[in-house]
Amino acid sequence: MTEYVPVLLFLLVAIGFAGGTIGLSSLIVPRRRNAVKNSSYECGVEPVGDALQRFTVKFYLVAVLFILFDIEAVFLYPWAVTFRRLGLYGLIEMALFIVILFVGYVYLLRKRALEWD
Amino acid sequence: MAAFWHDPNVRMVFWALVKILVILQAMLGVVSYMIYAERKIAGHMQARVGPNRVGPLGLFQPIADVAKLFFKEEFIPDGANKVIFHIAPMLAVIPALIVFSVVPFGPQDALRVTDLNVGLLLFLAMSSIGVYAIVLGGWSSNNKYALLGGLRSSAQMISYELPMGLSCIPVILLAGSLSLVEIVRMQEHWWFVATPFGLLAFAIFMITALAETNRAPFDLPEAEAELVAGFHTEYSSMKFGLFFLGEFANVISISCIAVTLFLGGWNGPWLPDAFKFVWFFLKLAALLFFFIWVRWTYPRLRYDQLMNLGWKVLLPLALANVLVTAIVVWWRAQG
Repeated sequence: MTEYVPVLLFLLVAIGFAGGTIGLSSLIVPRRRNAVKNSSYECGVEPVGDALQRFTVKFYLVAVLFILFDIEAVFLYPWAVTFRRLGLYGLIEMALFIVILFVGYVYLLRKRALEWD
Repeated sequence: MAAFWHDPNVRMVFWALVKILVILQAMLGVVSYMIYAERKIAGHMQARVGPNRVGPLGLFQPIADVAKLFFKEEFIPDGANKVIFHIAPMLAVIPALIVFSVVPFGPQDALRVTDLNVGLLLFLAMSSIGVYAIVLGGWSSNNKYALLGGLRSSAQMISYELPMGLSCIPVILLAGSLSLVEIVRMQEHWWFVATPFGLLAFAIFMITALAETNRAPFDLPEAEAELVAGFHTEYSSMKFGLFFLGEFANVISISCIAVTLFLGGWNGPWLPDAFKFVWFFLKLAALLFFFIWVRWTYPRLRYDQLMNLGWKVLLPLALANVLVTAIVVWWRAQG
């Protein structure tokens, strides 16, 4: 596991660097707050309503599809590493897996789940 | 004290820290001058001269810009979620930096921080975390443009992550390993980009890399003509600076990975082993120029075009490429 220690060190250095930069600059920057400056930017017009409004459900659909396909991609990594040892068996198994996946993909297309109009 | 120094663990941590700090400094230098190069190249592509006032040829421009950002007033909009508002720009930089811990710059142990047997997975994991910076930054700003930018970006980045992950698999099939050092070693005689499926995978990887780093023509999260500045509309001072740094650090780290996976890493003719790292940096510079070149050549895609390209072109193409590569690798193992 020792080869992971430098990654952890890098994480700590990166957090230190990012936090330090923000911290240091926030110590020296000027702050002259007033109500107009602090209102959220809407091209100079008074902000209308709350910013966190409802948005189109399409984004959720993309997120769900992403999880499905990403899990499939995760299964492909260990398969790809051990592919040479698995031989023909591994090839056929994964071809079946990808074909089943592709059927699901065609279903998505036919359901127009990927249309944006 | 002497006994402490001779402890192998202490030495390992010490040298790892030295390498990390060198990489961090080098990265900051490269980012500064990549921004300068981008402005200069963009200038010449548009028949201007680019920055030329600060120092000879404008070479001190990045220093002036950083100093300016550092002393700029910062303000937090009313109604913003303060904690997340501060964490988001940090998240933009940290994952991009951590990727460098597995990049092998040269054949020697001294030229890499560490060699993980799952190095490629670390890169993919970190590029996934990068999405959070933009989503959280957009959401916590309490600004409509920022929220729209964040939403667009989350959908765009996760959509392009799929073909990016799939375009790495042909390389794993050819190399039989997830360790980046091992992948480069396998390319000693023949770079993966010089095979038909490797070339296709490289093309898919570079297109998705443009989308993952939110660079034009995929810069919809910050499309200034429609979303003001997208997810970082409300960011100022060094918090904006970190988003900016994160974008360029991402470009550099993704280019490093592209060089490692497809362009043979440090492998190249003529140079002795001690200077092989020069090849790595030459290839890296070529890819960075490619990023700049594309940005100032192509117009931005429309949102439905962007999603169609990701889901209907790149994803099936990458999946088919995986199957074809697997069949070819199996066929070769038979003969």
